[in-house]
Amino acid sequence: MRVTVRLFARLRDITGASELARDVAPGATIGDVWRQLAGEFPELASYERSLSSAINADYARMDQVIGDGDEIAFLPPVSGG
Amino acid sequence: MTPPLLAIGRDPLALDGIAAAVAASTGTDASTSSGQAPDGRDGAVVTFLGLVRNHNLGRSVRYLEYEAYEPMALKAFERIASEIGARWPSARLALHHRIGKLLVGEASIAIATRSPHRGDAYAACRYAIERVKQIAPIWKHEFFDGGEVWIEGATANPDDQQARAEAERIACA
Repeated sequence: MRVTVRLFARLRDITGASELARDVAPGATIGDVWRQLAGEFPELASYERSLSSAINADYARMDQVIGDGDEIAFLPPVSGG
Repeated sequence: MTPPLLAIGRDPLALDGIAAAVAASTGTDASTSSGQAPDGRDGAVVTFLGLVRNHNLGRSVRYLEYEAYEPMALKAFERIASEIGARWPSARLALHHRIGKLLVGEASIAIATRSPHRGDAYAACRYAIERVKQIAPIWKHEFFDGGEVWIEGATANPDDQQARAEAERIACA
């Protein structure tokens, strides 16, 4: 399966990309994608506890299973307003 | 053309735009707009503009760059409108957020609420800005004299009832 990963703010700076394509195994969760990315970019690990995540622009928990073609987003703590 | 009730984009914000948006809102839901003239039942409009400050945590701010996950930010605004509809059923909300580069003094967010009595309009307006800061996927990149930093506030979790209750407590203080 192939998913798109969207990264914002400092997460985008760390990875150098606002959007990445990643291959994942069937049955993979958002958390699996995160751990794969954190393996590639060790600086991401510090966000493990403060991170939010989304599937197709809806908030979703890290244990949610993803599907082929989904857009996964990782959101550092927000600061709008 | 009537401005949308909920929006995120690069255009400058001003009080007249957000006031026009909420003035045109009718219906029973906080986020519903039919574009019809107000029906006369509302006695209060409250507006709020958030501006870029020239100082933050001892730093001299030069400008901010706002970034957002736009479709998700709009969904967050819809959620906030729906929460306001549940808590203050007679209140209506308009909320516009700006992204991109903003200079000191420019408005980053404009909120307007209206309701039959002022108490609900004030409370709903304050609730809206508190919830934006809690759950809208939007980020400030601060450029100050001597460097830059991403501002990181709340871990966004719309299902966090404690955060929602805190926003309501502040709104009704």
